[in-house]
Amino acid sequence: MQVQTHVDINSEWGIVAARQAGRKLAREIGFGSVDQARITTAISELARNIYLYANQGQIKIEEVADSGKRGMKIIASDEGPGIKDVRRVMEDGFTTSGGLGAGLPGVKRLMDEFIIDSEMDEGTIITAIKWLR
Amino acid sequence: MRIPILKLHDYLLISVQVELDDQTALQFQEDVLAKIHEEGSRGVVIDLTSVEMIDSFIAKVLGDVVDMSNLMGAKVVLTGIQPAVAITLIDMGIALDEVPTALDLEQGLERLQLELEG
Ligand SMILES: Nc1ncnc2c1ncn2[C@@H]1O[C@H](COP(=O)(O)OP(=O)(O)OP(=O)(O)O)[C@@H](O)[C@H]1O
Ligand SMILES: [Mg+2]
Repeated sequence: MQVQTHVDINSEWGIVAARQAGRKLAREIGFGSVDQARITTAISELARNIYLYANQGQIKIEEVADSGKRGMKIIASDEGPGIKDVRRVMEDGFTTSGGLGAGLPGVKRLMDEFIIDSEMDEGTIITAIKWLR
Repeated sequence: MRIPILKLHDYLLISVQVELDDQTALQFQEDVLAKIHEEGSRGVVIDLTSVEMIDSFIAKVLGDVVDMSNLMGAKVVLTGIQPAVAITLIDMGIALDEVPTALDLEQGLERLQLELEG
């Protein structure tokens, strides 16, 4: 059976809870310490974005398997304002909140697969996968 | 949660041993600056040996602590950044390249001494 967990993000504590759950699952799946740090950091970025821009949402993490590969999938979803220009938010340094603007482009580089699905006034779903090597 | 700040002569020594949630990170920033002011510290070593993850928010807070302390006249050295954390920061495109670093607390103190005397 494959493990699946979700953490509600509606406070700063949710961010901490999500990354702790993420590190635990990454370790259980068998990721080494560097990939554990990458996955935990990616979860932290996505969870903080939910809290900051959509107020609330959910981080779902699960083990995935695909044609002999195993990995971990993160799904960050919210029903917030959505992202108007998906290309723009993927530029290093782009921020609307005085941050570093490193979050989303960073997550894309930390993970192996990365998809943004966002609709204005509907919300955002970001899916990212890291494969076990 | 508050991170303890130790005073050693003209220096402050800080070892971050807790999971850095946002509130703790911001409180830490405030506490370091207040302590520099209170003690007239010339240097600060922040040891990150126990920190297992630095995301963009925490990186920004740390970078800001360094800049703000510099403005106040105190030099900051970051020490003990774990390999996995260093790799992740570079992947993220966060180089912290203006920030003085050293391997451990002891070398951090030496580095401070050099920077302040040299
Ligand atoms: N879930 C979301 N809903 C709506 N807008 C979002 C969401 N996530 C990100 N954004 C938008 O994308 C921009 C870029 O996000 P990114 O995480 O890359 O940087 P940041 O959050 O501004 O700064 P950093 O993550 O470096 O602290 C944000 O400033 C915000 O405008
Ligand atoms: Mg962000």
